[in-house]
Amino acid sequence: MASSWREPDREFTIAARSQWSAVGRRFVRHRLAIASLVVLGLIAVTAFVGPRLWRFDYATPSNDLSQAPSWKHPFGTDEKGIDFLAQVLRGAQKSLQITLLVAGFATLIGVVVGATAGYFRGRLDAILMRSADLVLTIPLIAIAAVMAYRFSRSLGGWFGVVVALALFTWPGTARIVRAEFLSLREKEFVEAAQASGAGPLRIIVVHLLPNVVGSLAVAATLTMAGGVLAETSLSFLGLGVRFPDTSLGLIISNGEQAAQTRPWLFYIPGVVILVIVLCINFVGDGLRDAFDPKQQRVRA
Amino acid sequence: MLALIGRRLFVAVPLVVVASFLCFALVASSGDPLEALRLNPRTPPAVIAKRSSELHLDQPIVVRYSSWLRDALHGDLGTDNNGSSVSAQLSRALPVTLRLVLVAEIVAVLIGVALGVVSATKQYSWFDLGTTAFSFVAFALPVFWLAAVFKDLGIRINRAVGHRLFFTVQQQSPGLQGSTWHRFADTLGHLVLPALTLIVVNIATYSRFQRASMLDVQTADYVRTARGKGLSEARVTVRHAMRNALIPVTTLVALDFGQLLGGAVLTERVFQWKGMGTLLVTAVTKRDVNLMQAWLVVIAVTVVVFNLVADVMYGVLDPRTRRG
Repeated sequence: MASSWREPDREFTIAARSQWSAVGRRFVRHRLAIASLVVLGLIAVTAFVGPRLWRFDYATPSNDLSQAPSWKHPFGTDEKGIDFLAQVLRGAQKSLQITLLVAGFATLIGVVVGATAGYFRGRLDAILMRSADLVLTIPLIAIAAVMAYRFSRSLGGWFGVVVALALFTWPGTARIVRAEFLSLREKEFVEAAQASGAGPLRIIVVHLLPNVVGSLAVAATLTMAGGVLAETSLSFLGLGVRFPDTSLGLIISNGEQAAQTRPWLFYIPGVVILVIVLCINFVGDGLRDAFDPKQQRVRA
Repeated sequence: MLALIGRRLFVAVPLVVVASFLCFALVASSGDPLEALRLNPRTPPAVIAKRSSELHLDQPIVVRYSSWLRDALHGDLGTDNNGSSVSAQLSRALPVTLRLVLVAEIVAVLIGVALGVVSATKQYSWFDLGTTAFSFVAFALPVFWLAAVFKDLGIRINRAVGHRLFFTVQQQSPGLQGSTWHRFADTLGHLVLPALTLIVVNIATYSRFQRASMLDVQTADYVRTARGKGLSEARVTVRHAMRNALIPVTTLVALDFGQLLGGAVLTERVFQWKGMGTLLVTAVTKRDVNLMQAWLVVIAVTVVVFNLVADVMYGVLDPRTRRG
């Protein structure tokens, strides 16, 4: 029997394509998303590996004070003679590290809250979703500033920023997961799973979660893009990452005064943030189209 | 309509109370106001105990909150670390910030909606592609950096022109006097660059939403009916399609108000306005518990009030939502 399907008895057959390979093919066809992914990958690799290879250190002063970009210092130097490329690499590394962790934690909280609310409904749902509304009542920057200041003392440096941001960026993901769960839980396959004795945890993890992976991936990219902007904003205000650590926001706040005389200290890190967030958003867009081809259909 | 407002208030008031309690608890747990005293080894324990009971630190959080709330309802938000009144500082700072936010919000909604409508009616034209590209860039711009770029450009233009065309620091000229008109023009001049920053960022969101919701309704039956009746294209677009397409944007404007305030905090810092942004940074860096609490609560109330206004607007635009 096993060999019969390997030799098709019909003349024309369709090679079965798994959902994942279909998603993969649609994503690869999205040229902008692929290009962005490549750029993002390059930035990440240079930010994480670059500092080990680059000849200058991000904290060591030299005699090349306030130099404009040149072959020796591609991004110039600051008033202490510290190579600016080394600083930007270090800052990008911290900013990316923070936003990856924020997106990870926030997605985790969002999934737990959204899945619980959507699957169990009722009073639990009401309580969880009202608390999500509550979180959105205060501007993220303000509440995260208050918390980041607290956590960076008890948890040490940049990790406090991660915790503060993750605690207040989960509601978006929670809402998306809940909305999908509300409709998925009524499907026949859930009923079938219940009939064969599966408990709520098994149904949620094995049967429902795989169905929301697409939306989760898109939501996670949104959280990441927001995370970069929020972290750099906090650090710019002096309430996020602080000396001796550095981040792109902190670099900009140091360079802002120099915008007139040494514009590279101010403009380069800003453009780096812009490119990072732009690429994350394009990747998110590509993922959205790949997971949900229906959205692309042109309406008559 | 009154019933709608009443119903919304019924939800809004408890929301504010719970939000303010959570803010209170968060801030109360965020730092020890007596840290400076404790760090000094020569402070006698009796002084610490006395100060702690003065600030009600020895009581449970719910008791502290209820006494804080009682005072707050009488307009007394306590004093900051230096002993000056918190409510006086907030009532000076809030109008400055609201002026910026409201002007930026109104202009951004008008331009954003207009761009969205034109983009949707001319889908995939150069104009549409241009606004789309602009939106993508604007979504990715860090607000504080954009503000600083505008500030830098303003200074450069001033220098090139040879006189002050753009104001780049503070919300008004210091020691401003003169006729009402003069003061108005001065304030407006200071508003230009900060407002422009917030407008650019928000136009992106609003135009994308308006475009999407216009595309949604454009193929609806009632729009085809309107065309079939022989109405002019302009009338179909504005009266029939746009009116319904405004509904999602209204929701967005309401939900986004808090984030807009966040953007204003950053913009203010760059342009050195003495608004809520400066107050927040002072409160956090000096661990000023009373100032932080009051700041968060005032902002929460402001956001809830604006959500309420948007809910009512929603009722005006969509009669179906008026009924519970």
